[in-house]
Amino acid sequence: MSFILLVEQVLNGLQFGIMLFLMAAGLTLIFGVMGLINLAHGSLYMIGAFAAAAVAGYTGSFVLALAAALAAAAIVGAVVELVVIRRLYDKDHLDQVLATFALILVFSEGTRWLFGSFPLFLDIPDYLSGPVTLPGGIQYPLYRLFLIVVGLLIAIGLGALITKTRIGIQIRAGENDREMIAALGIDISRLYTLVFALGAGLAGIAGALVGAIQSVQVGMGEPVLILAFVVIVIGGIGSMKGALIGAILVGLTDTLGGIFLPELLKLVTDPATATSIGSSLASMAIYILMGAILIWRPTGLFGARS
Amino acid sequence: MKLKSMMIAAMAAAVALPASAIAETKVGMITTLSGGGAGLGIDVRDGFLLAIKQSGRDDIEVIVEDDQRKPDVAVQLADKMVQAEQVDVLTGIIWSNLAMAVVPSVTAQGKFYLSPNAGPSALAGQACHPNYFNVAWQNDNLHEAAGAYANSAGYGKSFILAPNYPAGQDALTGYKRFFEGELAGEIYTTLGQTDYAAEIAQIRASDADSVFFFLPGGMGIAFLKQYQDSGIDIPVVGPAFSFDQGILQAVGDAALGVVNTSQWSKDIDNPTNAAFVESFQAEYDRLPSLYASQGFDTANLLISALEKAEVSDADAFRDALRAAEFDSTRGDFEFGPNHHPIQTIYAREVIKEGDVFTNKLIGPALENHADAYAGDCQM
Repeated sequence: MSFILLVEQVLNGLQFGIMLFLMAAGLTLIFGVMGLINLAHGSLYMIGAFAAAAVAGYTGSFVLALAAALAAAAIVGAVVELVVIRRLYDKDHLDQVLATFALILVFSEGTRWLFGSFPLFLDIPDYLSGPVTLPGGIQYPLYRLFLIVVGLLIAIGLGALITKTRIGIQIRAGENDREMIAALGIDISRLYTLVFALGAGLAGIAGALVGAIQSVQVGMGEPVLILAFVVIVIGGIGSMKGALIGAILVGLTDTLGGIFLPELLKLVTDPATATSIGSSLASMAIYILMGAILIWRPTGLFGARS
Repeated sequence: MKLKSMMIAAMAAAVALPASAIAETKVGMITTLSGGGAGLGIDVRDGFLLAIKQSGRDDIEVIVEDDQRKPDVAVQLADKMVQAEQVDVLTGIIWSNLAMAVVPSVTAQGKFYLSPNAGPSALAGQACHPNYFNVAWQNDNLHEAAGAYANSAGYGKSFILAPNYPAGQDALTGYKRFFEGELAGEIYTTLGQTDYAAEIAQIRASDADSVFFFLPGGMGIAFLKQYQDSGIDIPVVGPAFSFDQGILQAVGDAALGVVNTSQWSKDIDNPTNAAFVESFQAEYDRLPSLYASQGFDTANLLISALEKAEVSDADAFRDALRAAEFDSTRGDFEFGPNHHPIQTIYAREVIKEGDVFTNKLIGPALENHADAYAGDCQM
């Protein structure tokens, strides 16, 4: 295993983690502020990707496609919050899970109805395609570097939004004490709609960014949703910093585990068995990580201590 | 109010339908029409219904149900079709794990099952059944052909990857059964994985001269796009499942020039196939995929058998199916002793015709190929 390969895999893990962060950030924000478990978050990711594919197909512009993804997911998010989610805040988590699961079905079949059952085409724009040579002779796809940079910029922007702006103060206050900030005269329902739309927009832009190198199809959001839940449980539910650290941890564990576990097992058994057992273990790695972290810190890395 | 009256009208129509058709043969089709794998089921269904329509027979009733790609749903639907609907013949299942859950029980109840897609090795070997016919292929076949093609293309060192589930393991086994070179690497990925950066880095670091992959559906789209973007120029081979008409448009340029193996291609030169491609396009306004051709062939096999015998006369009907005297889109069609096709599997290349990505025939990869499990089948 060469050094170059190792660096390339670390970059891959980082890129995967940062895309997970965009999903997890919205999820943790919505849970932290409104106490809502939103299973339909993966559908918003899918809506972003489909909106991007449709606009890219129509205009040919990737930038417009990203803007459309952000707008479509945020608008759908806001509408869903106003129409459905609003009725769920004072219900228990089981009702929320049932209702948002129903939303998944509605969005999946609705998307199929609009766009058909076959995957859509969304490609990397020419100016971002192909590999670049990094210092040390590492060949790495430019688009993945772009994903890392964009993801980090969004993370910094979110951090600034939450720590520096008035909205951010309201969001943090909402996480701490919902009744109190309502009593202080802040329009709580407007804040909820805003937070939900923000989370939805983040999921939408993640879907569009990742959709360019993956398959834009119905149901693409659910596998990512599960990983995003693992991320926020590891990071501590409601914590933005936890979501970032958790996402990068999960990204690195998943990527590096898939490479090194089979290699390690090859030292003790024959290659075919090592590949088969190693890849099974690798797909468990992030859940083992989650279990270990929960034993060590039951509320996650940055979760509120009860 | 309007919605209510629409619902009443729809219910009335649903009640009226069965009465108007005087069906003598009932066919139950369980296939995947929603969720991630819906494209495959829709193609099989459309191909099947096209053949029924073209035959002009109104005594065949096809009941189509969606299994949502879930084995438990498929089992429930099969029970409903056998017991409540009393169908004579079942067909339609796309996925091998669903087929394993449904086929043994319905054939044991004396029903016929014609598989338009899934061909798990167990049903070709020890668990074969006189009432089970596979019109598509045994699962290993296309991968075996990919191995044979790699030999003829002069590849000596392949990097191979597939998802870690039974059909993925069958795929790598099938490729290795025919590939004579050595392996530069062998990876099992997670089923449903969408990011292949780690695997692609390993391919880059290896000294492979070819890559074989079996990643059906969206997994293949993701892999091919990322592989092209990585700038690696090692040639790729794979089975047709990642290069069918339904997903090529989503892969785009990344698939151009890739060689893949299939028992069917839209340019196989025979009159049945030419008529099928033309009529499918006219009916559904899209090019057919191999799945559509399999659905079409399955229906035509059924029709050819119904012309000779009633389903109620099981032995005669079975003999009529076994004879397989129908015009297949693949040209000659013949069943082996385990009721799986003995057929030629072709190498195809992805090309662009105008704006549409599609496949062009290169030539046969394996001629008159039977499967490796026929010897285990006692019936």
